[in-house]
Amino acid sequence: MAAPRELKITPIKNGTVIDHIGNGLSLEVLRIIGVNELDKDSTVSVALHVRSQKMGWKDIVKVENMELSPRKVNAIALIAPTATISIIRDYKVREKRTVDLPEHIVGVARCPNPNCITNRGEPVESEFEVARRRPVVLRCIYCERQMDDFLEHLI
Amino acid sequence: MSLKGRDLISIRDLSREEIEEVLKVAHRMIPIAEGSKIDRRLDGTLLALAFLEPSTRTRLSFETAAQRLGARCITIADPTTSSVVKGETLSDTIRMLSNYADAIVLRHPNEGAARLAAQTSDKPVINAGDGAGQHPTQTLLDLATIQEAHGTLNGLRVVLLGDLRYGRTVHSLAHALALFGAEIVLISPPTLKLPDEVTEHLDQMGAKVREEDQLHRAVRDADVLYVTRIQKERFGDETEYAKVAGSYRIDNAVLAGAKQRLIVMHPLPRLGEIAPEVDGSPHAAYFRQAFLGVPVRMALLSMILGAKGS
Repeated sequence: MAAPRELKITPIKNGTVIDHIGNGLSLEVLRIIGVNELDKDSTVSVALHVRSQKMGWKDIVKVENMELSPRKVNAIALIAPTATISIIRDYKVREKRTVDLPEHIVGVARCPNPNCITNRGEPVESEFEVARRRPVVLRCIYCERQMDDFLEHLI
Repeated sequence: MSLKGRDLISIRDLSREEIEEVLKVAHRMIPIAEGSKIDRRLDGTLLALAFLEPSTRTRLSFETAAQRLGARCITIADPTTSSVVKGETLSDTIRMLSNYADAIVLRHPNEGAARLAAQTSDKPVINAGDGAGQHPTQTLLDLATIQEAHGTLNGLRVVLLGDLRYGRTVHSLAHALALFGAEIVLISPPTLKLPDEVTEHLDQMGAKVREEDQLHRAVRDADVLYVTRIQKERFGDETEYAKVAGSYRIDNAVLAGAKQRLIVMHPLPRLGEIAPEVDGSPHAAYFRQAFLGVPVRMALLSMILGAKGS
């Protein structure tokens, strides 16, 4: 007899499920989502250290009544490139996709170079191009400084 | 291929063919830069020189280039006398200048400033140095100097000596040398080596790069010795600085075993990296290098502003 499937997080009616987050990175994903900006009646569920056939161990985040903006998806792609995002409507998965790092990433992270013009009060958003995909390295399109420690520089 | 109306922010904005074209036009500009030929091809154009960080040599060289070709300049030579000091953003300064002038030459203390200016301005922007970032016209005049001395850029052995970590001129120059298939030899104190990202970039380009630790050995088979400043502030203690600076000093004894055709280059101003006794040697190319900044900038202004005859 197969072992009963244990449901660690209850289903949500409407919202977003971010699955296959690298083990231990869900709190960073929450930071990107900005839980403070959520509807006060929304539930946010976080599962840490969940068994995964694909990944060994993973984290999962479920957020009720929210769909992620493309900018937030890009930020998640930076720190959790293995993540999948499912949009839930009326308890059904309406859309499921992997996060995909675009060629240009705008307004997601600060340039690590304190002397970069984007850190000097100009009316301009930070912008990076992908210098390398595995592991991800970004290059500031303004000062050309490269960056691989995104967590510290997320906006 | 045309540079008309284009920005020049980084040497990476130019292909090898475009660099060759700039050098060809620059060569034709030499008699005009020397004053032995009159050419007013930029008559009626107005150039804005926004030097928001002091730089005498580069500013005067651009001003000379513009005026030799008949252009006129409006200049911010000292940021303390402009509205920048009142806290005006660079974006606003550039927007204003692009309404006045036909092109903008920008020098700025922050990296990336020229790229931002180019996005803001609807007139071409030429980067005359942004912080520790890019300084493409310096690279072009370096190439012009090597080309003039050796007749080619291809297949030369070029030694880059000194502060290879923070010296922005060497990063751009190394990229350009790689484009032209030169062999690059690096000599620097261990703490001032070429940054990994530059080394990786050169590897990706398939450049021939090697490190050397013996100055006399590197000089022996070099065609070009490019010397950079080693700045005191990069060292925690003064004696360490003095030791390093002393061991990288170029004098006639160091050059004794060099090829006859070796040229010694330096972006200037020098702080003592090259002994004054070298000035009289046939190897010294750094004053010629500084002069070539004028015809190179004439070529760029002429091509970017779309003057006839360029």
